[in-house]
Amino acid sequence: MKLELSRVVQGRSRLGVLKRLGRAGQHSLEVPGCLLYTHLGTVPHLTQDTLHTQSNLPSVTQVTLSNIAEHQEVLEEFKDGFRKFSGLHDTVLYCSLHDPATPCPTGYTTNKTVSVWGSGGRIELTVAKFMTLQRAVQPDWYQSMADGETWQSNTSRKRVRKSVDRTLAHLDECLLVHQKSQELEGVEVFGAVEGGDILEERVRSARETAKRPVAGFCLDGLQTGSMDQALRTQLITAVTKELPEDKPRLLQGVGRPDEVLECVDAGVDLFESFFPFQVTERGCALCFSFDVSPDPERAVLELDGEKEMAGETQQNGDLNLDDQTQMTSFEINLKDKRYQGDFRPLVEGCGCYCCKNHQRAYLHHLLVTNELLAGVLLMIHNTAHYHGFFSALREALANDKLDLLKRRVLRERDGQT
Amino acid sequence: MSLKRALSAASPLTLRIVAQCPVTKARACDLILPHCAVSTPVFMPVGTQGTLKGITVDQLEGLGCQICLGNTYHLGMRPGPDLIEKANGLHGFMNWKRNLLTVTVGFRWCLLLSSQEVTEEGVKFKSPYDGKEILLSPEKSISIQNSLGSDIMMQLDDVVSSTVTGPRVEEAMHRSIRWLDRCIAANKNPHKQNLFAIIQGGLNAELRKACLDEMTQRDVPGFAIGGLSGGEEKDDFWQMVTLSTDHLPREKPRYLMGVGYAVDLVVCTALGCDMFDCVFPTRTARFGSALVPWGSLQVKHKQYAKDLRPIDPDCQCPTCKRHSRAYLHALFKSDTAAMHHITIHNIAYQLTLMRSVRESIVEGRFPDFIRTFMKRMFPSRDQYPGWAVDALASVNITLE
Repeated sequence: MKLELSRVVQGRSRLGVLKRLGRAGQHSLEVPGCLLYTHLGTVPHLTQDTLHTQSNLPSVTQVTLSNIAEHQEVLEEFKDGFRKFSGLHDTVLYCSLHDPATPCPTGYTTNKTVSVWGSGGRIELTVAKFMTLQRAVQPDWYQSMADGETWQSNTSRKRVRKSVDRTLAHLDECLLVHQKSQELEGVEVFGAVEGGDILEERVRSARETAKRPVAGFCLDGLQTGSMDQALRTQLITAVTKELPEDKPRLLQGVGRPDEVLECVDAGVDLFESFFPFQVTERGCALCFSFDVSPDPERAVLELDGEKEMAGETQQNGDLNLDDQTQMTSFEINLKDKRYQGDFRPLVEGCGCYCCKNHQRAYLHHLLVTNELLAGVLLMIHNTAHYHGFFSALREALANDKLDLLKRRVLRERDGQT
Repeated sequence: MSLKRALSAASPLTLRIVAQCPVTKARACDLILPHCAVSTPVFMPVGTQGTLKGITVDQLEGLGCQICLGNTYHLGMRPGPDLIEKANGLHGFMNWKRNLLTVTVGFRWCLLLSSQEVTEEGVKFKSPYDGKEILLSPEKSISIQNSLGSDIMMQLDDVVSSTVTGPRVEEAMHRSIRWLDRCIAANKNPHKQNLFAIIQGGLNAELRKACLDEMTQRDVPGFAIGGLSGGEEKDDFWQMVTLSTDHLPREKPRYLMGVGYAVDLVVCTALGCDMFDCVFPTRTARFGSALVPWGSLQVKHKQYAKDLRPIDPDCQCPTCKRHSRAYLHALFKSDTAAMHHITIHNIAYQLTLMRSVRESIVEGRFPDFIRTFMKRMFPSRDQYPGWAVDALASVNITLE
C-alpha cells in the first residue's frame, strides 16, 4: 500500500488516498475514511443485495479474529482464504484482532497469549496460532497480535508497560513468521501502538513500533469509553508525532462523529465503522447533520431543522463513558411514540434505500413489533449516513472547512439550537 | 348486457384459465388483480405484520413474488387501521406495489389464543399486547381490511380445530355462512377489493357439502378451503380438499389455506387448487432449514461446516449463486443475515416450484412432472406418503 497525501492541515489532519491495496494493488481508499465493519464478512443484517443498494462503499472490508478463530479448521481445509470462502468477490480484506463493538472480558492475557471470544467461548492465541490463522484467512492486511488490555481506568503503570513490551514482542515474532510464510506474500502488517493512558508509554510504543517494517499503525487501547476525548487527543497527538508521515494510522474502537473529528485533527487516517451497527442495535437512526454548505437559504432552513432536531434528540448530559450502548444525540430513537404517525423519511434528502422507500412510522412499527426488517433497514440507513459523514469530512478538509464541520457536529452533540 | 354480467365486469378480479390438465383436476390460470396479474398455481409467502421477516419489498419483488399475505388481526392491533389508512393502505405502509391478501386471524394463532369466546356477534379475544378484550366481528374484520386496502380479503369465519368433532363443527359451519353474508354486506369497496368465502365443515363430508352448496350461491369472486391443515390425518385432509374442488365453480379461484409443504402443494394442485399460503417456508428458514427438491437441509448442522456446495447447485436464487453451505453454517454463529439468506432461498424454492408446476400444466406434461417430483423428493417408492399416492390415484395419476 502507498499513502498519497494531498493536504496536511496544521501539521496534523491529513487528506489523501491509500493506494495499491489488495493483492493486485487495484484498490484504493480515501482518507480520512472508515473500513466496512462486518461479522464474518457480512455487514450486520445485510445480504449482498441489501448491502449494494448503497454505492460508494469502502473498498476495505474488516473481519475480526473474534468471529473467525473458531472456523480455523474449515478455512485450513478450504485453503483458498476467507475472502473466497465468504463470497466477497472484489474487496480488500483487513483482519483485526478484536471486534470493536464487543468489549472483551479482561484478565485472560498472558505474556505469550491473548484471547478472543467466539460463539463457543474463549480461544487462546499464541503468536504461532495467530499466524496460522492469518495464513488460513489470507487477508490483504492484518493487525499484528497485541495486548491492548489497558482501557480500564485503574490499570497500573506496570501493567501498561507490560502491554507495550508484550505487543512489541508479539509484533517481532509475527513479522518473523510472516516473512517465512508463502501464503502471506504481498500481505501487509500493521503494528499496534499501545500505552494505555500514560503519555511516556504511548511515545515509547510509537517510537519502537515505527522502527519495525510495518505498513501502518493501529492505535489501540484508546476506544470510546476508556478515556475522555481530551486525553485521547493529547495521546494521539503525541503518538503521531513519532510515526512516519507516509504510513497510515488506524484508530481502533472510536466511532462517534465528534470523536472522529477530534482524532482526525490529531492525525488519524482510518476508523472502524462499527458505530452505525451499535446505533442500529438500539433501534435508532443516525440523523446528525454534516452539511457545511454556504448557501444562506439552506442555512436558515437548517437552523429551523436544527431546532426541530434539538427537540427530537435526547440530551446527552454527562457522557457515560462506560456505557457504549447508550443513545447519543446524533440519532433518533424510532421506538419513541412520537414517530408512530410520522410519515417522513428517516432523514430528509438521504438517498439510501430506506429513506427512498420507507417512512419513520413504518420503522417505528417494525421496531415495536420486533420485526427483523427493522435491523435491515436501519443498518442500510445508518451505514449510508455514516459514510456520508466521512465524505463530508474529506470535503471539509479539502476546502478548509474542518472547523466549520466540527462546530456543526458539536452543536448536534450538545443539542444546541 | 345483463346486470349480473355488468357487475362482474366491474369486479376487481378476473380469472383466465390458460390450461387445464386433461388427466388431473389441475389448472394453470392468470389471476388478474388490481395491482398486477398473478400466475397460478401460486404460493403466497406470509408477511404477517406488514413485512416478510427480514426481507425487503425489493428482494421479494426480485424473487418474482406477485402476491403475499398480511394479517388483519395483528395489523389491526398494531399499528391499527387508522394509521395504515393514513399511510395509503397496507400497500403504502409497507411500500409493496403488487398484490396483498389479508387473512382475518390465522388458524393456528386463533387456536392458541386463551379465553377465546365465540358468539354470534363475533370472536372475543384478550389482546396479548395489553390484556384488553377485543371483539372481532365480521363487520369489524371487513372494516379493518377495507382500511388495509388488500386486493383480496378473507371473510371472518368461525374456525374450529380440524381435530374437533361433534355439534361444534356444524355450528361453526352454519355460523360461517351467516358471517359470510355479513362480511359481504359490510364491504365498502366491492369494486376494488375482493372478498373470498371460506368453506368450512371440518372433516365431515356432509357438512362440507352443505357449506359448499350454500356458499357457492353467494356472489363472491373466489373461495378458500378452510379448516384444514391443522394437524388432522392426511387421509381426511385430501378427501376434504378434493370434495371441495369438485363442488366449487370452475371459473373462480380456489385458495387452500395454510398449505405449504412441497408435496402438499403438488398434490393439491392436482386436486384442483390454485392458491396456497403457509408460514412454514419462511419460519423454518429462520431455524436454518433450507428447502430443496429432495427435502430439506439443516444448515446449522455440523455436517455442513465444511460443505462448500451451495444449498442447491441448481437453484438460481441470490443465496445459492454466491454462498456455500459452509459459509452459511458459519454465519449462523455470527449474524442474523444468515436467516435472511435462507429465507430468500426458501421463498425462491417455493416460487420456482410453483412456476415449474404451472409450466408443466401449460405444456400438458403435469403427470410426468409429478412423477419426477416424487422420485426426487423420496429415496424410494415405498417412502412415498400413502395419502399422496391415494390422492393422486384419485385424479388418475399412478406412480411407479
